[in-house]
Amino acid sequence: MVDIIQEREIDRSHMQVSDEVAIEIRNMNKWYGSFHVLRDINLTVQRGERIVICGPSGSGKSTLIRCINRLEEHQAGDIIVDGTELSSDLKNIDKIRSEVGMCFQHFNLFPHLTILENCTLAPIWVRKTPKKEAEEIAMHFLEKVKIPDQAHKYPGMLSGGQQQRVAIARSLCMKPRIMLFDEPTSALDPEMIKEVLDTMIELAEEGMTMLCVTHEMGFAQAVANRVIFMDQGQIVEQNEPTEFFNNPQSERTQLFLSQIIGH
Amino acid sequence: MSDTHAQTVPYVRDTMLPQQTPPVTEVGAIRWVRENLFSSPMNAILTILSLFVIYWVVSHLGPWLVNGIWVADSLTECREIRNATLGEDASAACFAVITERWQQLMFGFYPNDAYWRPVLALLVFFVGIAPVLFDTLPRKLLIGTLVTPFIMYMLLWGGSIWGPLVVGLGFGLGFAIIKYVSPVNSLLGTIGAIILPIFFWLYAAGPISSGITSVLPIGLEFIPSKDFGGFTLSVIIGIAAILLSLPLGILLALARQSDLPIIKWSAVVFIEVIRGVPLIVWLFTASLLLNYFLPPGTNFDLMLRVIIMVTLFSAAYIAEVVRGGLAALPKGQYEGGDSLGLNYWQSMQLIILPQALKISIPGIVNTFIGLFKDTTLVVFIGLFDPIGLAGAIRASTEWNGIYWELFLFIGVMFFIFCFSMGRYSLYLEKKLQREHR
Repeated sequence: MVDIIQEREIDRSHMQVSDEVAIEIRNMNKWYGSFHVLRDINLTVQRGERIVICGPSGSGKSTLIRCINRLEEHQAGDIIVDGTELSSDLKNIDKIRSEVGMCFQHFNLFPHLTILENCTLAPIWVRKTPKKEAEEIAMHFLEKVKIPDQAHKYPGMLSGGQQQRVAIARSLCMKPRIMLFDEPTSALDPEMIKEVLDTMIELAEEGMTMLCVTHEMGFAQAVANRVIFMDQGQIVEQNEPTEFFNNPQSERTQLFLSQIIGH
Repeated sequence: MSDTHAQTVPYVRDTMLPQQTPPVTEVGAIRWVRENLFSSPMNAILTILSLFVIYWVVSHLGPWLVNGIWVADSLTECREIRNATLGEDASAACFAVITERWQQLMFGFYPNDAYWRPVLALLVFFVGIAPVLFDTLPRKLLIGTLVTPFIMYMLLWGGSIWGPLVVGLGFGLGFAIIKYVSPVNSLLGTIGAIILPIFFWLYAAGPISSGITSVLPIGLEFIPSKDFGGFTLSVIIGIAAILLSLPLGILLALARQSDLPIIKWSAVVFIEVIRGVPLIVWLFTASLLLNYFLPPGTNFDLMLRVIIMVTLFSAAYIAEVVRGGLAALPKGQYEGGDSLGLNYWQSMQLIILPQALKISIPGIVNTFIGLFKDTTLVVFIGLFDPIGLAGAIRASTEWNGIYWELFLFIGVMFFIFCFSMGRYSLYLEKKLQREHR
């Protein structure tokens, strides 16, 4: 797993973390019915930071990043994204969503639209970009994820890895300031994981603020500047990657790491 | 070559095999017959039995159809012609009833000299609907589609040309409010676009149109709804109800999924009540009971009442069919739209409905076919649809005693309409097919 990434040199010249706060989460709590999924989460993300969130399934890591663009509603505490507080105000929610890109485990491309239409939909309707310009932007990002030649096909005709790269391009077309990744490689064949991770690394090299829920520890070691370990709805440990992997403090983290790296 | 491969366990193919033609028994008609008709003793027996049944039906019906008499003035005359040419025992259909009463079956009591109007209206309908049905046609034609209902109303009912024009002006008013007020304040724009046109129609439209009419009386002869009948009536009710019930049904389906309890529960109650009561009861309600609730002296067109009832009835069914389509979409599609910042109506219009409606096409068309056939129920509230006219024709002295030929004709006509709807739905499904199967 690790060597996929280590083959390549990472260009760190643009990977600077600024003092500006991109996301601030204060005392956030969430329940599903009576089940307490997220417990007292506190997290500050600086602009340019790349954070990897890992943990066993059911630990609330996906729920946490889905709260950041309000795909899930939190019941207590504050989430402030790019200076805008998430409340039930629909205008704020739509504004935040258009600033925050998201990639899903199952891509969630729109199967009835071509790749190009998938990418231009939101710029045209949300940003009111003229169609021609939106298509140019879309082609630019499709070239970046290396599939411009597929632009007129439908998502169903592409491989999983290609679909996920289209999904990344689709988010980038909105020129987001923050990108959320929810297990982007979990539904992919091993051969396709690399192409998606490469795309994500390129994005990191350009200085994008990223929050990734992933089990790709090689990716975490290569680009993350913080790894967060979650269990039972709480942040159990966070540290910079070298320390996190070589010298985990909590027992729970040690157990988790021994289980996923042992193979 | 292959022998040497078979003897060694590590195996490497050194030559690729070329394609070969299949054996003769595996291709063409012989194969088809073997596979489909005589693949087992049981199937062979069933094949022979079916052939016998087909022979029996054709040998009985064939002469009746082929000997059919097309020109006669009454059933008695039909029989005389048959006796003279074929003999008393021959079986012969008397299709003369259809040729002689053709106009009545088609137009009911519509004035003879105005038959061109429903025919032209039907043509206008096909021209208007074409760009909606086939997206290969230029999109600009859709503007014509918007005007079509007014032209059709004008042709069918007639009267002053200013009536439909002023009603159309109301729609224009609503559209203008959406276009110019909504960007400033979307809530005010939406409410204004609904309320103002309604007030306009209720209080201003009548005086304005009669005012202009008195100055400039342009129009066609007015034909009251009671003169409509036959297939004209069925097709008008059918088309109007189909076109109105689709958008209403979609809105109901969305309302039923709403997070707002008032909207959700009103949709649920509406759908369940409408669906739970037979259409015929609603038609009786429309024709009889409504009079008790309306102020005395109001003359609310019976045909309009029927169209409203049939529309509401089929909208409830459409809503459930569309709800099925909505439920079949993965939650990820909603989230995909949300995560890009699309608002509710945008993500419904651009992402959810195109897919949900595609899934629902067979169900929707099924409902439409059912609706179109159900229009024959209006005979029970005294409207003369083809079934009602068939009764009237059979009650006349000339055609007393005839029935197979009439109902066969009505059946064939309905079949043509319904079958074409079914074929169109298949075409649409195929066209919208996106995934490789």
